[in-house]
Amino acid sequence: MLTWIVRRLFQAFFVVVAMTVIVFVGVHVIGNPVDILISPEADQAERARIIAEMGLDQPLWKQYFFFVNDVLHGNMGRSFVFNEPALKLIGSRMPATLELAVTAVLFSICFGVPLGLYAGLKPDSVAGRAIMAGSILGFSLPSFWVGLMLIMTFAVHLGVLPSTGRGETAAMFGIQWSFLTWDGLRHMFMPALNLSLFNISLVLRLTRAGVRETLPMDYIKFARAKGLTPRRVILVHVLKNIMIPVVTVVGLELGSTIAFAVVTESVFAWPGMGKLIIDSINVLDRPVIVAYLMMIVLLFITINLVVDIIYTILDPRVRLETKA
Amino acid sequence: MMARGVRTIVRLGVVLSGLTALSGGSVMAQSLAIASSAPVTSIDPHYHTFGPNASLHHHIYEPLIQRDAPGNLKPGLATSWKLRDDKTWEFKLRNVTYHNGEKFTAEDVAYSLDRVPKVKNSPASFQIYTRAVVAVEIVDPQTILLKTATPYPLLPQDISQIFIIPRSLGAEPATEDFNNGKNAIGTGAYRFVSYRPGEKIELERNDTYWGEKPHWKTVNYRIISNDGARTASLLAGDVGIIEFVPPVDIPNLRKDSRVSLSEVVSNRSIFLWLDHSREGPTPFVTGPNGEILEKNPLKDRRVRLALSIAINRQAIVDRVMENTAIPTGQYLRPGAPTYVPDLKPQLYDPERAKKLLAEAGFPKGLRISLHGPNDRYVNDAKIIQAVGQMWQRIGVQTTVEGLPWSNFVARAGKQEFSAFLLGWGVSSGEGTNPLRAQIATWNPQRGLGTANRGRYSNPAVDTLIDQAMATMDDGAREKIVQQAMRMAMEDVPVVQLHLQKNIWATRKGLSYEARVDEETLAMGVKPTK
Repeated sequence: MLTWIVRRLFQAFFVVVAMTVIVFVGVHVIGNPVDILISPEADQAERARIIAEMGLDQPLWKQYFFFVNDVLHGNMGRSFVFNEPALKLIGSRMPATLELAVTAVLFSICFGVPLGLYAGLKPDSVAGRAIMAGSILGFSLPSFWVGLMLIMTFAVHLGVLPSTGRGETAAMFGIQWSFLTWDGLRHMFMPALNLSLFNISLVLRLTRAGVRETLPMDYIKFARAKGLTPRRVILVHVLKNIMIPVVTVVGLELGSTIAFAVVTESVFAWPGMGKLIIDSINVLDRPVIVAYLMMIVLLFITINLVVDIIYTILDPRVRLETKA
Repeated sequence: MMARGVRTIVRLGVVLSGLTALSGGSVMAQSLAIASSAPVTSIDPHYHTFGPNASLHHHIYEPLIQRDAPGNLKPGLATSWKLRDDKTWEFKLRNVTYHNGEKFTAEDVAYSLDRVPKVKNSPASFQIYTRAVVAVEIVDPQTILLKTATPYPLLPQDISQIFIIPRSLGAEPATEDFNNGKNAIGTGAYRFVSYRPGEKIELERNDTYWGEKPHWKTVNYRIISNDGARTASLLAGDVGIIEFVPPVDIPNLRKDSRVSLSEVVSNRSIFLWLDHSREGPTPFVTGPNGEILEKNPLKDRRVRLALSIAINRQAIVDRVMENTAIPTGQYLRPGAPTYVPDLKPQLYDPERAKKLLAEAGFPKGLRISLHGPNDRYVNDAKIIQAVGQMWQRIGVQTTVEGLPWSNFVARAGKQEFSAFLLGWGVSSGEGTNPLRAQIATWNPQRGLGTANRGRYSNPAVDTLIDQAMATMDDGAREKIVQQAMRMAMEDVPVVQLHLQKNIWATRKGLSYEARVDEETLAMGVKPTK
């Protein structure tokens, strides 16, 4: 187990290194942040001075070398735009994204699994068919459109929910969270629902497919023949066995929901990391882009690790160590 | 069943909205929520020359010279200013106090001017506005002299960009300490309360403010960059005013009884640059059959004029811009200082355009690729598409390419394009600014032609610009500037298209005095009645 984790971390290290190189080269090819940030009225000498101050006049390999050197000294660089440490900037935006993504994933489990179970157990009922038809919409409607429709319906016409923003927050562990206040929860409901629509559909379909596949199996028939209650058959024997693909997908989707919540965040003016990274890419704020992507790589690797460990709990046949 | 369910939901909605209205009602009268369209990058007033920052900073800090809504200079922390001799400006200062109770004096002006070049890691420094000042002399706490190396008539315009902070902040105050509120101390109508990057800034009225007392006790300055979300939050009543109203929403908002609009023509013009930098072939212009041309046809005034009069500006303004712009033939808005009244937008005349092309030796037309950003100016990508279709009609086969600004601006700066769309906002509000930055020959040593991306060069105009910059008398200078602008524009260095309007939308019952400088100030939002 331990060697397996160490090997995983070693792989992660190479992924991070490769990613930073790609970002450095990529940003360099697109353009120069100074051209975007500088006052249009600045003259040529001023432009040259700022480029030199930011170290962008150095050859790319040298810039990369300075960056690596700084990282080894625990410094991830300062944002070109905000003049704040990149990590601090990302850290200040992270709670907003985390709570939104976690809520969205909870929504997708709470709605997706029961609905999928129902559709799988009663595939020919009207409700079962309606659930499946609805899930197609969940997949195919663009989320910015759904977001705006939610705002138009609940905020503009009905006036029951606030349209945008994060609302009141309260502190826990020194961090501001929205889910601790009623106003914050009201602000969070629509963006979380918007973010979870796709995942609800995904989890729902996976659950249904799993149920359909498992029901005709011998061990289910046997369990029934033994005289177990339908409740126990479904909750223990069916559900536990279809959880492996669901856990995989929920895990991966948690990662991508955190990393790419940008559409929902901008429609609802939710001050999360997704908004920060898109703004940073638009102005080529390299320190923030690099720090953010490094964090996301680590996040995905951690999630995969956790998912693999959950596998072993759910299915005793899965072993982490590969036999040499 | 279904219908009843919906009705219950609606009824629930009505009840809940009633509750929210009640809870928000009492606060509403005293607090204002503003939806700003772009993130404020810092609370430090000397860190980043950036419109959205200046808009917020004007609440907290003040410069010596302010601007009124139409863009004219008016006294700020200076009660008056005058020329002592050609190189010395005298400012008389107002007797006011900072938010922390300290007195504002001439020392603070010297301190602020001195700090500007020392701000660390600034991506767009305010030095460009303080550089002309070579010496500062404090006469008494209420009088200060600013000296320039050569006569410099635009000093008041430059000084209006510099916010004054108290010298008690000490040597080299850090930008981060402004963002956390420690150093966010000014003399403005509002005090800083809190800043959450990318989300909102909360402000509170400064009850000891020297000027007109603003109506709102608290201001919630929110950042909502998504266009649709900004409009929706106004319609939902979550904010009282939004800036940069998206043109697509304007026809509906005009009809909406919950909303009123206020607008003004800005000093931001949108135009097409043409490549003047190459004598030989220019990369994106070829003959009608794709053959490489030996000479750059854009160096011929007849070709440039043909491309200009082939464009139906009124159609672009009506259809593409939804009337959120007016056609123009110059950089400045009608009525601005140094505006040239007889310099009209080029009239649409496709027949004459064809004749001009034939005269220039291209009876069968040309092939052009027209480039432009697709995420920078209002409807930028749609504008170049419309222009492309209009050029097509005079026999210029046009392909259109919209690029992200981050990539576009780098390539435009290297003269990689032949014809491309750009915009220019005249921050000083008068003509020497576009003449020096856009029209003057590119000259890094003298800092001229800095935004001359087409590398236009006209020695006669250059001479007039130099002459204007050495003329301290405002009236005489205005005449020279107008002459230079007319001479330049008649040579068609750029194809002027339109001037954007700045548009704000407020909830019914509020009004906003539309500002030429695009700033959204809580001080300008007032209840009607």
